[in-house]
Amino acid sequence: MTAPTTGTRDQVKAPTTTGVRGGRRQSWRRRWLRRDLLGVLPFFVFVAIFLFIPTLVVVIGAFAGDDGRPTLKNISALADGYIVDAFIRSITLSAVTAILGAVIGALVGYAVVTAGPDSLVRRLVTSACGVLAQFGGVTLAFAFIATIGLSGFVTVFLHDSLGIDIFAGGVWLFDLPGLVLVYTYFQIPLMVIVFLPALDGIRPQWREATESLGGSTWYYWRRVAGPLLAPAFLGSTLLLFANAFSAYATAAALVSQGSPIVPLQIRSALTSEVLLGRENLGKAMALGMVVVVALVMWLYGLLQRRTTRWLD
Amino acid sequence: MRFSIARGTALVAATAVMVGLSACSPPSSNNEAAASDAAKATNAAALGGIDKLVEAAKKEGALNVIALPPDWANYGEIIKAFTAKYGITVNSAQPDASSQDEINAAKQLKGQGGAPDVFDLGSAVALANTATFAPYQVTTWNDIPAALKDASGTWVNDYGGYMSIGYDSSKVPAPTSVADLLKPEFKGKVALNGDPTQAGAAFNGVVAAALGNGGSADDIKKGVDFFSDLKKAGNFLPVDPTPATIESGQTPVVFDWDYLNVAQGAKLKGKVEWKTVVPANAVVGSYYVQAVNADAPHPAAARLWQEFLYSDEGQNLWLKGGARPVRADAMKTAGTLDTALFDALPSVSGTPVFLTDAQTKAANDYLAANWAKAIG
Amino acid sequence: MAGLRQRRARRQRILRWVVVTLLAVLFLLPLFAMLEFTTRGAGGSLSWETWRVFFDWGALDETYPILWTGMKASFWLVLLSVTLTLVLLVPTVVWVRLRLPRMRRLVEFISLLPLTIPAIVLVVGLAPVYAWVVYFVGGSSLTLTFAYAILALPFAYRAIDAGLSAIDVRTLSEAARSLGASWATVMWRVVLPNIRSAVLSAAFLTVALVLGEFTIASLLNRDNLQVAINQLGKSSAQMSVAVSLAALVLAFVLLFLLSFVGRRRYRERKTS
Repeated sequence: MTAPTTGTRDQVKAPTTTGVRGGRRQSWRRRWLRRDLLGVLPFFVFVAIFLFIPTLVVVIGAFAGDDGRPTLKNISALADGYIVDAFIRSITLSAVTAILGAVIGALVGYAVVTAGPDSLVRRLVTSACGVLAQFGGVTLAFAFIATIGLSGFVTVFLHDSLGIDIFAGGVWLFDLPGLVLVYTYFQIPLMVIVFLPALDGIRPQWREATESLGGSTWYYWRRVAGPLLAPAFLGSTLLLFANAFSAYATAAALVSQGSPIVPLQIRSALTSEVLLGRENLGKAMALGMVVVVALVMWLYGLLQRRTTRWLD
Repeated sequence: MRFSIARGTALVAATAVMVGLSACSPPSSNNEAAASDAAKATNAAALGGIDKLVEAAKKEGALNVIALPPDWANYGEIIKAFTAKYGITVNSAQPDASSQDEINAAKQLKGQGGAPDVFDLGSAVALANTATFAPYQVTTWNDIPAALKDASGTWVNDYGGYMSIGYDSSKVPAPTSVADLLKPEFKGKVALNGDPTQAGAAFNGVVAAALGNGGSADDIKKGVDFFSDLKKAGNFLPVDPTPATIESGQTPVVFDWDYLNVAQGAKLKGKVEWKTVVPANAVVGSYYVQAVNADAPHPAAARLWQEFLYSDEGQNLWLKGGARPVRADAMKTAGTLDTALFDALPSVSGTPVFLTDAQTKAANDYLAANWAKAIG
Repeated sequence: MAGLRQRRARRQRILRWVVVTLLAVLFLLPLFAMLEFTTRGAGGSLSWETWRVFFDWGALDETYPILWTGMKASFWLVLLSVTLTLVLLVPTVVWVRLRLPRMRRLVEFISLLPLTIPAIVLVVGLAPVYAWVVYFVGGSSLTLTFAYAILALPFAYRAIDAGLSAIDVRTLSEAARSLGASWATVMWRVVLPNIRSAVLSAAFLTVALVLGEFTIASLLNRDNLQVAINQLGKSSAQMSVAVSLAALVLAFVLLFLLSFVGRRRYRERKTS
């Protein structure tokens, strides 16, 4: 991923100061460095205001009581039954949909990559995946309600034509099983998008080399392509996990009652008109979320470095 | 990147600055609205009479309201009537907001032209945020029972209703009591208007269920257990009932305020046979609370709105929406109450129960700890 | 060997068609269901009424004012967010590459932070920041631009970074500078035209993100398209599903067209 030209020349050198005056060059460099920093100042100021400060607000608020004094009350409240349940459900939901999405998405990705880089199939599939991965939100929730909601197309079809009532055991669409189904719908496309570059990195020469040495397809996948793709696959799975864990819009539009997962619990803490004064508890939950996602992203970063070694 | 001392100090300093910035809030802008006479007036007489108030409000030209769905206690018609009478444009924002959202919006938009002028809140949120309100006593202040208003005028109840069961009579048999809903005819059909830990209407639904199953205002456990049984029997539908779901038949039985169910019935006449019944001996009542924003961008219009709502015309419009206006007793004596509408309200048998603050708090605590587990 | 390869190619083709067809069915089913849902008339008949009302954009202000406000807000938000993201990010990334290579890891880390700090967490902390924003620039929904630029950072950064990696920006800029160009000229007339497809890709990703964003808009009580659709779902189920379908189809068409623009550059590195 790194451009070839920035490898060795990591010193900032202004084009006009090529003199041999050592001391002067030193001060020139420092002056240029400070001038250069001005160029990135707007970016850093913007990010400081709209990213760092909100994060600090969350972190500080998590440890603040109602009167503003530091307290561990909110953090200890995280151990409450219903919040722990929410975290467990969030993690379960994210893990299940990450694995489902990863396996099916990898299969789709492989199918697409065999079509060649400029084929119509690839363009169609990647566009569709782009839409669903980014748009998985309110629109996806409504699509599902229209499909297998209580008066959805598939529900009515199964009921009228085949006599099957899929909600005979209770309405599961607005509970964890429903969330798993809907989340998988945007996890699979996300996996396709994220894993495709890794699949692109497989050289056909490796396949040919394996075959010329007498290896079978199974051998190729198990001993050659498999281990090479494994870090990318695991990394993408982690990314899917983080994505599902952080997702809010789909669940917010689908689940109107109850707050089975953590993002919905945060919403409830901020907007409930029955249980008041839980703003700082919401910040504590947000901090909990950041910890989980940060851990996952750190592991992802480690795996990314393994991936780029072979597949770029 | 080597971390020199200078760079480290710079980082710490930057963090400290950001922490400081995050803690302070912007200065309240000294806009003319806040300084005007209308903003300080605690009743119409302070401004020189109703006519002066109308004049000041017309000069402001607009009113910002929030969380007023048109089919909630006939607010749609009330807004239209207000605009028709005074020529003041009413900007109705976020009709689906909760009471807490109203307060959040007022805080976020403080000092801005888009901030809400008036609030219509659940009592819990109102009592927790009295600092946000400006005291104002309407002309008809003395008609309102003392228990239903704040003595200094910071807030006043506006309309109330009883928790009821609305149902599609073509799909389910008429429920005579709360316990009826556990029968198999109601499988997959019973919905609560919201999550009891989030929405006031749903909270009162659970209280009504408690009363109907041997509990009391002090003990909400029976209500939570009832809904747990309802869920186990497969009768409970974890879907928010909306006008859309009622019309499409997704939620044939709904726990909601009687005025809301009655309004749905009127709206869907001919399409859905929607009837409303207040369960006998499980009568939970609650009033909503009206207040004026202390930082209202249109203070005169806000106060005129209050005057309109508590005038005979406003109160009867609420009555038309199926809600019981707070001046009902006084108006009945004076003969200004629309008796036809009043008699059309769902009949109530049994003594109504109004929760006190202490009972509400106890119930809230119980719900927070047990609702999620009960519904699972 | 050729026979082996042919057989493999055929097997791959069958796998491809099976998988893609299966998934096409699975993913087109909700779209079809949405179409069917929106064309349900009274008594089970087919009715295009919902779509007729939807496409009557002139009257949308009266029929569905919530939707009209949301659509207008989202339209302006898209323009503003794309502009802000590109204006903020492109000069910064190019500058870092050219003059501050040691900052590159830091800028990359910062740009990927929004992936670690989910929108739901960000919005919890944005309330006091937006109090100041409201104080300075007012409380309209368009102020969401600032938050959206942050959300778009990871995707836009990756696109622009990939684009810059594909060209030799250092040589180009040094050549331009040695011929007497100012930094502004270098940025605008030398570098930018060469990373046009990457910038376009970043712009489209930002568009998709802004159109699909719900979390921050809804929890900061502002209006945008998704908030409007959600609100509409409570009063008119059919209209909200119709708008969702239209939004999904529009986004698909946009991304499909984009795939024709951006592909050429990156294939030079691959030998497959």
